[in-house]
Amino acid sequence: MIILGIESSCDETAVAIVKDKKEILGSVVASQIDVHKEFGGVIPEVASRIHVENISYCIEEALNQANMRMEDIDAVAVTQGPGLVGCLHVGVQAAKTLAFAYHKPLVPVHHLAGHIYANELVVDLEFPVLALVVSGGNSELVYMKDETSFEILGQTQDDAIGEAYDKVARVLDLGYPGGPKIDKLAREGKPVYQLAKPKTQGKYDFSFSGLKSSVLQFIKRMERLNQTYEKADLAASFQEAALGEIFDRVKAVLDDYPDVKHFVVGGGVSANSRLREKIAELNKLYPHVTFTVPPMSCCTDNANMIAVAGEIAYLSGRRADDSLTANAGLEIM
Amino acid sequence: MIIEIHSLIETQKFAQKMASLVQGKQIVITLDGDLGAGKTTWTQAFGKALGVKSVINSPTFTILKSYKQADGNPLHHIDAYRLEGITQDLGFEDCFDEGICVVEWSQYIADQLPEDRLCISIEEGIDEERKIELGYTGNLSKEIVEAYHD
Repeated sequence: MIILGIESSCDETAVAIVKDKKEILGSVVASQIDVHKEFGGVIPEVASRIHVENISYCIEEALNQANMRMEDIDAVAVTQGPGLVGCLHVGVQAAKTLAFAYHKPLVPVHHLAGHIYANELVVDLEFPVLALVVSGGNSELVYMKDETSFEILGQTQDDAIGEAYDKVARVLDLGYPGGPKIDKLAREGKPVYQLAKPKTQGKYDFSFSGLKSSVLQFIKRMERLNQTYEKADLAASFQEAALGEIFDRVKAVLDDYPDVKHFVVGGGVSANSRLREKIAELNKLYPHVTFTVPPMSCCTDNANMIAVAGEIAYLSGRRADDSLTANAGLEIM
Repeated sequence: MIIEIHSLIETQKFAQKMASLVQGKQIVITLDGDLGAGKTTWTQAFGKALGVKSVINSPTFTILKSYKQADGNPLHHIDAYRLEGITQDLGFEDCFDEGICVVEWSQYIADQLPEDRLCISIEEGIDEERKIELGYTGNLSKEIVEAYHD
């Protein structure tokens, strides 16, 4: 099947054409991280107006890359949520228009499901799957008994992990993007500083806000006491604590759900080199589980994952008509 | 009005008290304070007291998250952190016109805020010590602040 996927849930306007969940024929993302701001962040493309300006270009360019016309597409998939409602509307409206004008099936998909299904681009998922999604906006552990069932076992109770990285990087004056900067600096340091251990309600839930505050308080305390500290050691201490939080939970789930056959990762934070190391270490403890950390092109926000999710949803029978609307708080499906 | 807070539990109690004062009203609350001051903690306790059932986590990435209070009215949670220095009309007026709206880093969308606002500013002290300043900019917010007792 050839699916055209559209993603506009937050910063990125993206369109992709993917064949049989594996072959990316065309893929365009309109806002890239090279647009910086002095204070250390991407300029969010959150205004619907900007998505409107980008979307037609992205659709056209994706079709050009694939050397196709809309007639060649089997179905149109679109992120219905979650996200910022004004942004989602733009993608949903574009998808509805294409589906209506070219008489194509319309398939709504969930952003987080997209991050998980993105693994299908490089591997066939073996169920039950345990998925870890870590990014600027997500920190979730999801159990999938089969291809179309989702159970959120744990999620962040406050900040997403990528957000904590960015905010700590800002406090340490490391610039943007914060994740790679901390990752790099942490390699030069040792995790010697004691930071607050996050407290959470659920057994598999995450919390990063307290850890972020703990870094801030550490710096303030050092300043107050006129003491010096090693930035690299602080970065390493933060990174170990943050990733420790993640891996404690992953391990707990793998122990409690011995039926899990496949552990997959999604989201931009999976680029982190220490996270990849820890995953390789963890794999040794669970040799009967297949571990997949896909290449970065599958992890960041793009429309490839939406097209893949679209094919799976299409084959499971999901369809929408012209009454489809964006849903900012959509439950995973 | 200045309120001295000495522990995390007192921050939560203050949030619960504010929730009981604004319940059923339509009001925008600006919530100021540095990273780590306790804005997340405050909003979580505030939302819970208003009967929000789902997890209230950071809206930094998506800028806005919306929840349902026990009475059916919305609780909007806006974080303008990523909007520093840029002007975009994101249609926040729709949020300001219904239910209760908590806005973090409100200085970055100052020109879009309604006139009548409840202003909460959290100043961080050592450990869990906090100084909270409670202010108002209009009639309804004044009424709410005046109804507050320690």
